[in-house]
Amino acid sequence: MIHVVVQRTPIDLTVELARAEVAGAGAIATFTGLVRADDGVETMELEHYPGATEAALRVVADTAVARWNLQAATIVHRVGPMGPGERIVFVAATAPHRAAALDACAYLIDRLKTDAPFWKRETRAGAASWVEARATDDAAAARWAE
Amino acid sequence: MAIQMLYFAWVRERVGVAEERVDPPAAVTTVAGLVDWLAGLDEAHAAAFVDRTRLRAAVDQAFVAFDASIVGAREIAIFPPVTGG
Repeated sequence: MIHVVVQRTPIDLTVELARAEVAGAGAIATFTGLVRADDGVETMELEHYPGATEAALRVVADTAVARWNLQAATIVHRVGPMGPGERIVFVAATAPHRAAALDACAYLIDRLKTDAPFWKRETRAGAASWVEARATDDAAAARWAE
Repeated sequence: MAIQMLYFAWVRERVGVAEERVDPPAAVTTVAGLVDWLAGLDEAHAAAFVDRTRLRAAVDQAFVAFDASIVGAREIAIFPPVTGG
């Protein structure tokens, strides 16, 4: 089962974990990304490309399911304004055993960061700035090339 | 043929609109050619497209390189490198 959602509402971990616990599964690995508060960020706003974003996330999820024989893959990404400590993204990989679940979970978040059209804008002391893409994200995604 | 342009993040801010319909000449056949043509429209477009290394593109919602064809395209998006997750 593949569950891909882009939403403006807060991410409910209880709901998403329950969804990832499919019958017959043996392992679930999850990653949750939060808005960091440690560098003076007051608000974080996520912009996206409606339609293209969901399609890109679905390709990432489909590829993970095929590569690791997952029983489920979940990607939930928040858009719009949010504050420090709030969840931006949640991914889960559900598999028969832990190795596949852990690897697929890392793949989901690594590929999402480079393949899906989202843009972050941070506001510090009332001044907004767009977050620059990082080469380390490209390197993290590239390690999954087959 | 008219193309629906979409702009995101600081590209949208610099151009001044989130979307617009444009009708480039038939000689414009690639994303790179389109960006060159758009940059010549006015100062706002020129400011948005001044540094090609900081721009990415999608043709009909598929990510493409700047040498990709735009022939027959209906929707083209120009935006900065993505920063989700």
